[in-house]
Amino acid sequence: MIVEILVSACLVISGIFGLVGSFGMIKLPDPMMRLHAPTKATTLGVGGALIASMLYFYFIAGQFSYHELMITLFLFLTAPITGHFIAKTHLHLSHKPGDLPSTGTDRPWASYESDAERQRIEEAQRAS
Amino acid sequence: MIGAALIFAFACFGLGLLLNIYRVISAPSIGDRILALDTMVINAIAILSLFGIYEGTTIYFEVSMIMAMTGFISTVSYTRFLLRGNIIE
Repeated sequence: MIVEILVSACLVISGIFGLVGSFGMIKLPDPMMRLHAPTKATTLGVGGALIASMLYFYFIAGQFSYHELMITLFLFLTAPITGHFIAKTHLHLSHKPGDLPSTGTDRPWASYESDAERQRIEEAQRAS
Repeated sequence: MIGAALIFAFACFGLGLLLNIYRVISAPSIGDRILALDTMVINAIAILSLFGIYEGTTIYFEVSMIMAMTGFISTVSYTRFLLRGNIIE
């Protein structure tokens, strides 16, 4: 009974989070804001669904399966990477380097720094 | 009780998939389109694991593992193509 309540709670929470993630992608006004909803909320929703499935198969069906753990680990490792790449694409396609706020140092934003410039600065730092 | 919760979760993720398809069609910029495709893959993985609970079989986990991998690789290669003009330099 307790396990049933736990599995049902995980399922309901995961459904709500998944829906919030997909809805936020449509609702939020700015592209950088829109990036937040799917990468955080939807990943949490999938994690909830996978935890519910793991609990269900261990306690009710009576067989332990480790695949969910692998999928959860993989998704939680790759979600930040895809978020970073999409943010970088958006930055390079729809902003000019002058639009961005200052970094507070002499160097520009790392994504806009050319290789030659970076090598020159790092060699100067190593020499000093 | 698990059956009702399953139906609720199916409805939520299905609605999420519909919203994603709407977003893929009417995206304001290309970054939003890639983001919508990536979210679509994640929602499909969630629906697959829910369907595994519904059917009581663990055979769908291999499918969702492969979908997770291909989704990640395709998102990364698409953004990489937009950023650099080619995928493997």
